[in-house]
Amino acid sequence: MGKFKNHILVCLGTGCRASQSEEIIRNFKTALEENDLENDVQIVGTGCFGFCEKGPVIKMVPDNTFYVLVNPEDANEIVLEHIVKGRKVERLLYVDPETKKHVSDSKHMGFYKKQIRIALRNCGFINPENIDEYIARDGYAALGSVISEMTPQEAINVVKDSELRGRGGGGFPTGLKWELTKKSNSDQKYVVCNADEGDPGAFMDRSILEGDPHSVLEAMAICGYCIGANVGVIYIRAEYPLAIQRLKIAIQQARDYGLLGNEILGSKFNFDIEIRYGAGAFVCGEETALIHSMEGLRGEPTVKPPFPAVSGYKGKPTNVNNVETFANIPPIFLKGSSWFKTIGNEKSKGTKVFALAGKVNNVGLIEVPMGTTLREVIFDIGGGIKDGKKFKAVQTGGPSGGCLTEKHLDTPIDYDNLIASGSMMGSGGMVVLDEDDCMVDVARFYLDFTVEESCGKCAPCRIGNKRMNEMLEKITMGKGEEDDIIRLKNLANVIKDTSLCGLGQTSPNPVLSTMDNFMHEYVAHVHDKKCPAKQCKALMQYSIDPNKCVGCTLCSRVCPVDAISGERKEPHKINAALCIKCGACMEKCKFGAISLS
Amino acid sequence: MAKVKTLADLRKMSEDLKTKIQLREKGDNPESMIQLKVSMATCGIASGAKEVMDFFIEELDKQNIDAVVTQTGCMGYCFAEPTIEITLPGQDPIVYGFVNELKAKEIIEKYVKNGEMVEGIIPTNYQTPDNQ
Amino acid sequence: MEKINIIIDDKQVAVEPGTTVLHAARLIGIKIPTLCYMKLDDLNFENKPGGCRICVVEIEGRRNLAPACKTECTAGMKVKTNTIRVINSRRTVLELILSNHPAECLICAKSGDCELQSLAHKLGIREIHYQGEKSKFKGDKSPSIIREMEKCVMCRRCETACNEVQTVGVLSAINRGFNSVVAPAFEMDFDKTTCTYCGQCVAVCPTGALTERDLTWRVIEALVNPEKTVVVQTAPAVRAALGEAFGMEPGTLVTGKMTAALRKLGFNYVFDTDFAADLTIMEEGTEILDRLSKFLKGDKDVKLPILTSCCPGWVNFLEHNFPELKDVPSTAKSPQQMFGAIAKSYFADKLGIKREDMIVVSVMPCLAKKYESMRPEFSVNGDPDVNISISTRELAQLIRNANIDFNSLPDEDFDSPLGASTGAAVIFGTTGGVIEAAVRSAYELFTKKQLPKLDFEELRGLEGIRQATIDFDGTPINIGIAHGLGNARKLLDDLKAGKCSFHAIEIMACPGGCIGGGGQPYHHGNVEILRKRQSALYIEDKNKPLRKSHENPFIVQLYDEFLGKPLEHKAHELLHTHYFDKKKKIIIE
Repeated sequence: MGKFKNHILVCLGTGCRASQSEEIIRNFKTALEENDLENDVQIVGTGCFGFCEKGPVIKMVPDNTFYVLVNPEDANEIVLEHIVKGRKVERLLYVDPETKKHVSDSKHMGFYKKQIRIALRNCGFINPENIDEYIARDGYAALGSVISEMTPQEAINVVKDSELRGRGGGGFPTGLKWELTKKSNSDQKYVVCNADEGDPGAFMDRSILEGDPHSVLEAMAICGYCIGANVGVIYIRAEYPLAIQRLKIAIQQARDYGLLGNEILGSKFNFDIEIRYGAGAFVCGEETALIHSMEGLRGEPTVKPPFPAVSGYKGKPTNVNNVETFANIPPIFLKGSSWFKTIGNEKSKGTKVFALAGKVNNVGLIEVPMGTTLREVIFDIGGGIKDGKKFKAVQTGGPSGGCLTEKHLDTPIDYDNLIASGSMMGSGGMVVLDEDDCMVDVARFYLDFTVEESCGKCAPCRIGNKRMNEMLEKITMGKGEEDDIIRLKNLANVIKDTSLCGLGQTSPNPVLSTMDNFMHEYVAHVHDKKCPAKQCKALMQYSIDPNKCVGCTLCSRVCPVDAISGERKEPHKINAALCIKCGACMEKCKFGAISLS
Repeated sequence: MAKVKTLADLRKMSEDLKTKIQLREKGDNPESMIQLKVSMATCGIASGAKEVMDFFIEELDKQNIDAVVTQTGCMGYCFAEPTIEITLPGQDPIVYGFVNELKAKEIIEKYVKNGEMVEGIIPTNYQTPDNQ
Repeated sequence: MEKINIIIDDKQVAVEPGTTVLHAARLIGIKIPTLCYMKLDDLNFENKPGGCRICVVEIEGRRNLAPACKTECTAGMKVKTNTIRVINSRRTVLELILSNHPAECLICAKSGDCELQSLAHKLGIREIHYQGEKSKFKGDKSPSIIREMEKCVMCRRCETACNEVQTVGVLSAINRGFNSVVAPAFEMDFDKTTCTYCGQCVAVCPTGALTERDLTWRVIEALVNPEKTVVVQTAPAVRAALGEAFGMEPGTLVTGKMTAALRKLGFNYVFDTDFAADLTIMEEGTEILDRLSKFLKGDKDVKLPILTSCCPGWVNFLEHNFPELKDVPSTAKSPQQMFGAIAKSYFADKLGIKREDMIVVSVMPCLAKKYESMRPEFSVNGDPDVNISISTRELAQLIRNANIDFNSLPDEDFDSPLGASTGAAVIFGTTGGVIEAAVRSAYELFTKKQLPKLDFEELRGLEGIRQATIDFDGTPINIGIAHGLGNARKLLDDLKAGKCSFHAIEIMACPGGCIGGGGQPYHHGNVEILRKRQSALYIEDKNKPLRKSHENPFIVQLYDEFLGKPLEHKAHELLHTHYFDKKKKIIIE
């Protein structure tokens, strides 16, 4: 068999799969066979490319042509044009929103220019179901050199020296955590990978597990060697079937090669990994709750200390790290901690993966060096705000984080800066909001989530968040009373101050940060009964401009509650008392006479 | 599947496997490598461009020269097919016409390895989607 | 270990390492309010989930307030328990809890005894600033226990009692967030679960979420019915605790006042379950001797050790969890049921009335007795031997309802003939008492000799599992005692594994035995109260002229006139029962 002249990398991340990327692969195979090219061109299903906005995406190798929004029907054309004739299929190229020009190469896309991929280094590059491709990318070499050439303490020193901090949200120094677990004396210790990603809209960990499962397995084994554990457990939510499937394949392949199991690479080190499924409870991302859940108990946090490093899974010393943290480990050993430290800024080294979402042009998964500003992320990588609207705020850290505004745009993103600005890194959710978003409603949205996800153990979180949510609802419904703002603030502060675990302690952040930065919107809702962003329907009224209305009667005919009246050819009127604000009239009006204000 | 017994075995395995994804690694960093595009429109294919491309790929690989060989569309020099465009790192692209295996070997030996010009250069005045 | 110095509200205190801030504060007279926290020393009960957040305090250097019940003292720690921040937080959190509470105090079974109510009073809550939706849960009326979970504050004490102390494992938190509640799996009703009705969940519940099934109205209905002869029996542990409900010191014996009150309430005959306890000893003691002599003669089929069977919670536990051992316990009915059987046969005959015209009411420290009285095997043609079983708390309620000035009542005696008892019967009310009573009689019947000393100190105490060897005139008899079902489980596991060399084992479901029963006045976490009830019973025993069951003249008379001999035909029919395999009963609907 000759060598492949071309590779076609097709994204098999969850998003692209949902838009038929598997079908695309099948069609490619057929097209290649029809043209006798199956020995010249290799089709590779990979993990997430990150550019989910325009999925399904495929990449042609070696010329790096990047096709977006590919349909299964396009496969044949791509083969005939790109492969056979060497001509790019222009209509499938990405169009730069600013220059309006086609960009053929991902390197020249604003979305990728400022990214540095460490945790995502193999995502969208290798076939995650083929361990050989991982090994070809120096996979398991870090594990090999650690167990053959280093003592556990030496290896921990490398991690400490890299200044890697936990990527799950807390930002605790990873090397120190390992060292603490190493120091706990016990006959049995555990390495746990927290893959219980639960922030709404976040899919960082999921993409890593789907695109590069071996990097996590390798890192867990390294951690096991360092702390003296021979059992690793991946706690993953059952809602991630693809990640689970790929992990299972990866674990089996690693076992077959002897890279997991007994006497790894001829050493005396034994390590194996099992998978545990979570039922998708946000609170189980909290490490003590996660451990209880693994033990078959209710997923509830307990007061720390004792920390898992001392007493964790089954009461044994346990090191819990998040997926992204682990994914950073092999490159640190391969390239050295000093290399790692060149990326990032003063107190936060390396990169961070974010799930960029909301009102930006380029929604997707990105990895940027720590210290990148919000402006760079939103405007350079994200391609700015959709439809030319005005930027209003960016929500980071998911339901535990807060909203940052215009004045924070040049803040370098790192653990400490985000906290100082009233938000937090969290696990990497980043939702961009524009002028049309009502901040009170945004706070309510996150509270909805927290109310749903509270474990119910402590009173402030169980009842307090419910009450905050009810107050926010009341305010957005235009029923807010003058005292509500003060009460809401007091309640938020008490919940933050008295809740048992991180979930409760941070759950008021969306409320507090929107109050800090957008108090005028709260006041407008409560005092003036107005929603400045025109989002809260209860505060809005539809009205007909008598100068524009020609009396065509269309609106009165579509109104489901007969709230519109008027004579034919005469301006119509809306009875606000009857109107249910469905908006059907506005949609139907051909003369732009109906407005919402 | 055989178990990997030592770190040395793993490293050797990794080296061997690298060739399988070499194409992608190269594609990821084309600027640092020799880029070679073979015009593969009907005219090119008819005059043996596919064979020339295969030859380049095998020969460069044999000699351990890091290069990206891709196909491209008609460059507009149908009279001189097969044509290739070659770009050394940091240099302007050069187009050669009437490339057969012999010519290809000469291009590799002289231009690719030593930067010596080889006869058969065609002045470029075409447009591709890449340099629009 | 060296003591740790910490400063609480500017006062220095030295504590043992491991002491919590809550306890350190108590040492210097600072009472930090708590709600979910509860500790029962020596009874393996400590509930500190850190969930209610009422006990939060400010600790210098910490970002958030910390729960005093969960935070261990560290050297140099500076704690403030009463800053504005703390007070505001505490109040706000309590308001939140109250905002999700029905606040039906006027008609709540727990009113006046409710820890949430007194906390609201203590913190001076007059207005709840945070109102909103209230939780709704499925109600559950089991034969013994009523669950009204709208009143639950998620303190999780019941869960600790059910799982850790009793190892019954019926109760646990279900649902998430605002809908969280403690309930059986799938929110099943208690009667579909392995609940033993021991009532320890009720005993520790701070609010009215878990209460006894109130049968006081049925008692009143019976009393006002002129066609019925209403007979009441009172269990031994009731007299040691009833006084607490009327403000008396724990451990005050109120046998005479209780008898007087019952008579005032209109019961036709005021009898004593102690009488039936003596009867139980006759049957159970004989059974022990029977099995023991067979065993000593080399009979391999005989089941040893023999297990006591007077505790209905324990019987339920055995039927649910150890049905393979159902032939091991004594077949003797519990004193409550023996009393009912004798009252409705022997005594009804004496009165010349039909058993259906007699209503037997029992006053018990226990909630499982309610269920026991409803077991079909304890009725004749649908007429139960014991019609109504009420708890100590319900009796107190009845006395209050009837406007009886309990504290100033003169002492009265029980009626005859089912009111006479010995000291052996009285100590049935505490852990170790049944087996001590049995030993007193069995020894004398076995050895045909007088016991030199009646007080078996080695069988007494509050330790969870106790053992002692009693010398039966040359034959060593090994006795085991367990109270609390968790301890019982340990003994039964040993028994199943063949690691058990006991000849007889006493098991009581409730920690402390009946003195700590689920129907007793609430102890609110004060174990001292249980100790005082216990010593009260031993004092009553000591003061009795007769202290061995087989010497009770009315018992002797009963056998002579009516029953014949222990274990024999009539006695067997009326006083013995058998047990069921209920392991497979649990069906998830």
